[in-house]
Amino acid sequence: MIAKLKGNYGSGLEALTYAGQNYMVVDRSLIPEILQVLRNEEEFDYCVDITAVHYPAREKQFDVVWVLYSFPRNERIRVKTQILDGASLPSSVPVWPGANWLEREVFDMFGIKFDGHPDMKRILLPDGWKGHPLRKDYGILQQDNEWVQINLGIESGQ
Amino acid sequence: MTDPNSTLSPLELESHDKTYLDANELVINMGPQHPATHGVLRVILRLDGEKVLGLECVIGYLHRGVEKIGEHRTYTMFNPYVDRMDYVAAVSNGLGYCETVEKLLNVEAPPRAQHVRVILTELNRIASHQLWLGTHALDIGAITPLFYTFRDREEILKIYEKYCGARLTTHAFRIGGLQYETYTGFEKEVKNFLTFFRPKIDEYEELLTTNRIWVERTKKVGTISAKDCIALGVTGPVLRASGVKWDLRKAQPYSCYKNFDFEIPTGENGDTYDRYLVRMAEMRQSVHIIQQAVDALPEGPIMAKVPKVMKPAAGEVYHSIEAPKGELGYFIVSDGSTQPYRMRVRPPSFVNLQALDVMCRGQLVADVIAVIGTLDIVLGEVDR
Repeated sequence: MIAKLKGNYGSGLEALTYAGQNYMVVDRSLIPEILQVLRNEEEFDYCVDITAVHYPAREKQFDVVWVLYSFPRNERIRVKTQILDGASLPSSVPVWPGANWLEREVFDMFGIKFDGHPDMKRILLPDGWKGHPLRKDYGILQQDNEWVQINLGIESGQ
Repeated sequence: MTDPNSTLSPLELESHDKTYLDANELVINMGPQHPATHGVLRVILRLDGEKVLGLECVIGYLHRGVEKIGEHRTYTMFNPYVDRMDYVAAVSNGLGYCETVEKLLNVEAPPRAQHVRVILTELNRIASHQLWLGTHALDIGAITPLFYTFRDREEILKIYEKYCGARLTTHAFRIGGLQYETYTGFEKEVKNFLTFFRPKIDEYEELLTTNRIWVERTKKVGTISAKDCIALGVTGPVLRASGVKWDLRKAQPYSCYKNFDFEIPTGENGDTYDRYLVRMAEMRQSVHIIQQAVDALPEGPIMAKVPKVMKPAAGEVYHSIEAPKGELGYFIVSDGSTQPYRMRVRPPSFVNLQALDVMCRGQLVADVIAVIGTLDIVLGEVDR
């Protein structure tokens, strides 16, 4: 399968293995297509998880990771792509409806928007919160003091 | 001045005009504080009389930033935090976490540790399903099972307390194995529990399975097809009750589950009644697994050779286990230092809760309560 995908997409796709787990690093430009191919042709019908990692020191700061599983093949694979700060990605909700809340959480925690998502808003944090906590430049004890003062009526959450 | 209600997401409604305030439509808030929402879950219901046209879940009331904390603690220090996510079934969270870090470190727990882990994890599954049964029956209106199931849960929690000192947030496992050797009498107590518990499942089945009220309230309620389950990413007993015979303990075996012989119960219709039957059957299978594990418990060390200061090589690993609620996954990115670079937890309840909308369309309000109960969500896990 990897050989076939590599054959089609050549340099945009790199297949690696770490600790016995297969994953692919793909170019941002290939993203909606690769996921659709994996879903429709390679039968990866279950989107296990969508998450992101922030590397502030790198030029392409965010790593967005899709963990996919195929019931017919009993195989798990990860697809990774790197994007710039402020860039957005096409939503996977048309491919896997279960990606809905997973993408909302990535947006909430990292600020990465997904175009075409039916309901792109915060999920875990309150709607008016400013800041995206899982970024590395957000302090561990930091809170949105303005939101706390307006909504909870106290000086600070600390 | 409080935060205004978030605008409702565009739902496909069966009402004629899609204005926000439709005279036929009622928007009701099932607030974060509610006796039957199993925690702080807010559900905004759009009703036509008593029929549900659509709903939206608002979560995040129990968000504690566990993933952010994970980036600022060493691997060993993070272990206790993991129990607090699914606080009902804390032992499985610990198993998933320890196994993922062991994969990163490329160590494997010794056989005795793996057997004890399986025993405690399966006891944990029984405890979680017992709590589910008690609270689910209570939501539907059957008050008595609650007391019986909590009594059984007590017996399990007593074993946990004797083993590791804590009943609920056990911190039972360590990276590389176990810290505590099993106490004298552990095997005997586990076997006594199994003898005590086996007839109890039959007792609960007798109370509920053919009970006319139970059947009327759970059959054809909250039906979800296998195709929808897979598309939404729903796992665990919900998926199995819809007919998909899939369990991570068989499909991608971890720990020493390969050595044990057990079945995967499935349902046919994917309604609440089937989910109830599947969980009852799972408890029976867990008893069977524990029996095999206790009989086959080997001697030997309980801790693998793990460095005191854990610095796994830089890399990323995703590992998941079959928690009582579904697929609990951990995605850990290590940068070679003592603290993880990214600690992602894939909670089963979070993904399963997405299905609530699909399962409740066209049902009555009382059925929404039954469906929330049958999804078996724990808000600690949903929000982390």
